[in-house]
Amino acid sequence: MSLTELSAAELLQRLRSGEVSATDAAKACLDRIEQVNDRVNAIVRVDRAKVLEDAGKVDQKRAAGQPVGALAGLPVVVKDLLCTQGEPTTCGSRMLRDFSPPYDATAVAKLRSADGVILGKANLDEFAMGGSTESSIFGPTRNPWDTSRVAGGSSGGSAAAVAASLAPLAIGTDTGGSIRQPAGLCGITGLKPTYGRISRYGLIAFASSLDQIGPMAHSAEDCALLLEVLAGHDPRDATSVDRPVPQYRESLITPLKGLKLGVVKDHFGAGLDEEVAAAVERAIDVYRSLGAEIRDVALPHGRYGVATYYVIAPCEASSNLARYEGVHYGYRTDEGQLLAELDAERKQLLAAGDKRAAENLDTALVRMYRKSRSEGFGPEVKRRIMLGTYALSAGYYDAYYVKALKVRRLIRQDFDRAFEQVDLIVGPVTPSTAFKIGEKTNDPLAMYREDLYTVTANLAGIAGIAFPCGQSKAGLPIGVQLQSPPFQEETLLRAAHQFQMATDWHKRRPALEK
Amino acid sequence: MSLTRQDVEKVALLARLRLSTNELDALTEQLSKVVGYVEQLGELDTEGVAPMAHAVEVTNVFRDDAVQPSLPREQALASAPHHDDACFLVPAVLGD
Amino acid sequence: MSPYTVIIGLEVHVQLATESKLFCGCSTAFGAAPNTQICPVCLGMPGALPVMNRKAFELSLRTAAAINCQIARFTKWDRKQYYYPDLPKGYQISQYDLPFSHDGWLEISDPKGKFEPKRVGIIRAHLEEDAGKSMHDERAGLADSQIDLNRTGTPLLEIVSQPDMRSPAEAKAFLSELKLLLTYLGVSDCNMQEGSLRVDGNINLHIDTPGGKVATPIVEIKNMNSFRAVERALAYEAERLYEVWQETGQKLGDVPKQTRGWDDAANVTRGQRHKEESSDYRYFPDPDLVPVTVTDAVVEQVLASLGEMPVALRTRLETEFGLSAYDSDVLVNQGRALVDYFLHVATATGDGKLASNWLQQDVLRMLNERNWDIAAFPVTAPALAVLLKKVQAGELITSRAREVLQAMIDTGRSADEVMREKGIEQVDETELVALCQELVAANPKVAEDFKAGKMQAIGSLVGQAKKKNPNVNPGRVRELLIEALGKL
Ligand SMILES: [Mg+2]
Ligand SMILES: [Zn+2]
Repeated sequence: MSLTELSAAELLQRLRSGEVSATDAAKACLDRIEQVNDRVNAIVRVDRAKVLEDAGKVDQKRAAGQPVGALAGLPVVVKDLLCTQGEPTTCGSRMLRDFSPPYDATAVAKLRSADGVILGKANLDEFAMGGSTESSIFGPTRNPWDTSRVAGGSSGGSAAAVAASLAPLAIGTDTGGSIRQPAGLCGITGLKPTYGRISRYGLIAFASSLDQIGPMAHSAEDCALLLEVLAGHDPRDATSVDRPVPQYRESLITPLKGLKLGVVKDHFGAGLDEEVAAAVERAIDVYRSLGAEIRDVALPHGRYGVATYYVIAPCEASSNLARYEGVHYGYRTDEGQLLAELDAERKQLLAAGDKRAAENLDTALVRMYRKSRSEGFGPEVKRRIMLGTYALSAGYYDAYYVKALKVRRLIRQDFDRAFEQVDLIVGPVTPSTAFKIGEKTNDPLAMYREDLYTVTANLAGIAGIAFPCGQSKAGLPIGVQLQSPPFQEETLLRAAHQFQMATDWHKRRPALEK
Repeated sequence: MSLTRQDVEKVALLARLRLSTNELDALTEQLSKVVGYVEQLGELDTEGVAPMAHAVEVTNVFRDDAVQPSLPREQALASAPHHDDACFLVPAVLGD
Repeated sequence: MSPYTVIIGLEVHVQLATESKLFCGCSTAFGAAPNTQICPVCLGMPGALPVMNRKAFELSLRTAAAINCQIARFTKWDRKQYYYPDLPKGYQISQYDLPFSHDGWLEISDPKGKFEPKRVGIIRAHLEEDAGKSMHDERAGLADSQIDLNRTGTPLLEIVSQPDMRSPAEAKAFLSELKLLLTYLGVSDCNMQEGSLRVDGNINLHIDTPGGKVATPIVEIKNMNSFRAVERALAYEAERLYEVWQETGQKLGDVPKQTRGWDDAANVTRGQRHKEESSDYRYFPDPDLVPVTVTDAVVEQVLASLGEMPVALRTRLETEFGLSAYDSDVLVNQGRALVDYFLHVATATGDGKLASNWLQQDVLRMLNERNWDIAAFPVTAPALAVLLKKVQAGELITSRAREVLQAMIDTGRSADEVMREKGIEQVDETELVALCQELVAANPKVAEDFKAGKMQAIGSLVGQAKKKNPNVNPGRVRELLIEALGKL
C-alpha cells in the first residue's frame, strides 16, 4: 500500500515509529501530486524544494531527540484563502494573484508549530464564493471520482486533494457549507467547528460572522487530530472563544449507546435526490444499530436559511472586499490606458454637447477603483458585492439586512430548542451527488440552493460534520451530515468515528489512475 | 421586487465597479431573481426578535494599550501596485 | 439689533491619549516618517483583524461622564463605508445607532459678560478610528497623490453638540471649555497643530421677517485650524448666509447641505466640491468586533474617579477664596496644576486674593515670558507661601518681595536665603520712629507745608526714608511721619 493511501493517523504512527521519515512522506505526496494533480487541479501551488526542506527539519528534530509537535511530519494542504507568510495567497482571484502577505494566519502558524509540513495551497472558488470550485483563476477543480464533475466548493481543492490521496490532511473554510459540501461530494470527512473555535486571524474574510476554518481528512479520527492543533483562543481574533480545547481523540472510542439523534422531516422532502435519501436513511439505521435513539425534531425556520444567508453573506462580503481597490495591495488597472480612456470619453461627451455628463465623469481615482475592481474580480464575486451593496444601501437596509438578522436569530432558536431534545441532528449534506462542471454556473439560484442543508449551521454558529455514507449507482460518493450544539465537536467526532468503525465508506478511494 | 438597470448602475458606482453593458443586463436580471427569492423572508413575523449580528454571544474583548512593532516600511509598501520610497501612490486626489 | 439669530452646532474630533492605536499595537506618536507606524491590521490587509484598545474605551467613558452624557449599557461597532485612498479597508470602524454615550451637556459662561451662562447640549459622543493622510503637491504638477497611513486607526472621540450656540463667541467658549475639560481629565493633549483636536461647524440663521421666522439652509464648515479661526469663520459665514438669503431667499430644505472650507489666510469660506454620489455609508455592525457592555458599577466608578471639573473649581474659588468670577476663570483656565498651586498658596496664606494677585501678576507673567509650565516653575507653592506670609506680616514690602521672588526664580533659593544674602531685614519699630523724628526735624519746610494742608509734602520724606534704609515699609513710615508732624 502506498504511503499516500494511508490515513493521517496511520501515517503518524509510522512516522513516530521511525518506519517512515517526514521526507519520505513529503516525497510520496509530491510525487502523487506530480502524477495526478493535473487531472483534478486540486492544488494550485507547490514549492517542492521548500516542502522537502520543511520535512527535513522535522526529521532532523526527531533525529536529534528534540520534542516534536502533534503533527510531526504529516503533510497538510491549506486552502489558498489562509495567509502564508511570504508566499502567494491568492484567494483564487486575479485581484490577489501576486499577493504575498507579511504574516501567517494563526491556523497556519499552529500547523507549523505542530511540525506539520505544508505541502501546498489548495484551489477554491474565488474568495470562497461558490459551491463548485469553478470560479478560481486557476480553473475548476475536478471531482476525483468523476473528473467531468465538480468537487464541490468552495473548499473543493482541499476536498479533492484528500480524496485523490494527494495529502492525508487539508484545511478548508466553511461559510455556508464550504467544508461539508465538498467533503460530501468527494467522499471524505470534513468538520465545520463552532464559530469561534478556531481563530480567523489570517483567514481572508468572505463573510466574517459566518466564516470558520476546519479540518478535512479521510476519517473523523484524522479530523480530531487536526482540530486539536487548530482550535483555541487567539488574542488577535476578538471573536475567537476563550475556552479549553478538549483532546478530541480520547473520547472517540466511547460507544454511542443512549445518544439521542434528531431527524428533521423537512430534510427528506422534495428536492432531495432519492439515492441520497436512501443512503442517509441507511446511515440512520447504522446509528440505530449502534445504540442511538432516533427522534424527530423540527427546525421550522430551516427553509429560510438560504434566503437569510444570501442576504447576510453578500452584505458582509461587499464590505470585506471593499479593501481591494488597487491602492495598498492587489491588482491595479493600467493607469495610462485609464487616463486615455477618460480623456476620450470627456472629449466625446463635450463634442456631443453634453457638458453635464462630461462634468459627472468619474475622476481618475474613482475610475481607477472601478476598473481595478471590475478587472480583478470574477462574475460571482461581483454578483455578491452588488447584492450586498444593494441590500445595505439606504432604503433597503431594514427590509433586507435587519430582517435577515432577525430570521437568523429564529434559526438559532430552532436549534437551541431541538438540542434540548437530542444530542445531534442527522441528515443529508447536499440535495444530490456531484453535478457536472458548468451545469450551474449561469444559474446563481440553483447553485445557492446547494447550501440548503448546510447554511443554517453557519447562521446559528453551531458545529457540523460531513462524511461518506454511500455511493450512487454512478459511483459518486454520498455524504451524511451531523450537527451539534456549540462546542460539542467531541460528540460530533465521536459519532462520526463510531460510524466509521462500523462501515468502510471512508476507506474507499477513487480509481483516478484508470 | 425587481431591480431596474438604473438601480444596478447606481449600486455599481457605490460598489466601485464598472460594468459592461452585458454585465449590467445580466446582473439586472440575476439580482432581481435573487432579491425576489430573498423576499420570502417577508412572510415571517419577526416583531420583537432581536437581530443577531454575531454567531457568538461574546462581549468586552479588549487588548492592553501597549505598542507593538509596526511593519518595516519596505514591507508595508511591498504589496502596493504603485508606491515611492515612503508612500502609497494614487491618481491625483485634488481639492476635496 | 441683528435681524437674525445665528444657530451653531459643533462636531469635535478628539484624539485620545493612548500609546497605541484603537485596534492594533502601532504607535500613535506624532511626527514619525510616513508609513512607519502601520501593520497588517491598520493597513487593512486581507485576513488581519481588529482588537479593541481597553484604554481608549476607558478614556472615552471618563469624557462622556464629564460632559454629563448618558452612558449606554450596551454599545457596538459599525462599519461606515466609503472609498478614499487614506481609508485602507474601504470602511471606517465607528459607531452608528448605538453610540457608547449620548444626551449630555457642557456649561459655558463668559466672565466678560458677552453672553449669559448656558448649557450646550451634547447629542452624542462616540468612538471611531482616524483615517490616514493624502498629500498632493499641486504646484509640482505631479500626477499622483501620496498616501501616509500612520494616523490610520488612531482613536478618536467624536463629540457632537446640539445646535445650541447663538454666536461665534459662544462657539469659541464651548470649544475652550471642552478643551479645558479634556485636559483636566487627561484624555487628550488637544493639540490642534498636531490634529489632536479637530472642529467642524454647522451653521444657519433664523431670520425675522414680516411673515415670521425663516430658517436658512445649513452649511457645514471645515478646515478651522484654531479657536480663533473657528470664531472668525463662523462670524464670516453668518454674514455670508445673510447676504445669500437676501439675494436668493433660499430656505432650509431648498438646497442640499453645503460643505465649505475656511481659508484662514484669505479670511473667507469657500465651497467644496461635491462627492460623486450622495453619501450612502451603508453602516452595518462590524462582525469582527464584539459588543461592549458597561455595568452600573463601572459607571459609578468612572463618575467617582473624575475629580473636580473646571465649573466646580471656579465656583469653589469664588465661594471659598473670595475671588471674582474673572479671577477664578483666569486661574482655572490655566489647568489643574496651576489651580493646585494656587490652592496651596491661598490656603497657607489664608488670603485667596493675595495668592491670586501674585499668581496672575507675577507667576503667570513669568510662565508666559519663559514659555514654562507651572511644573517647571522653580518656586514651589510652599516657597511662595513663605514669601507672601512675610508680606502679610509687614516684614517685606511688595516691591521688595517682588525683588526677592525674582531672585528665588533665578537662583532656586528660599525667601529667607535670598533676604539674608541681600541683607533685607525687617526694620525695628523704635529705629523707624527715630528715623521719622529725625527727618521731621531736619525738614522744617515740609512740616510747614503739611500744616498748611499739603499732604503730598510727606511724599518727599517717605522717599528720603527709603533712601536711608531700603528695608523700611513705606506705609508704616507714612503713618509714623504723620504722627510725628501732628505732634509738632
Ligand atoms: Mg466621525
Ligand atoms: Zn497597526
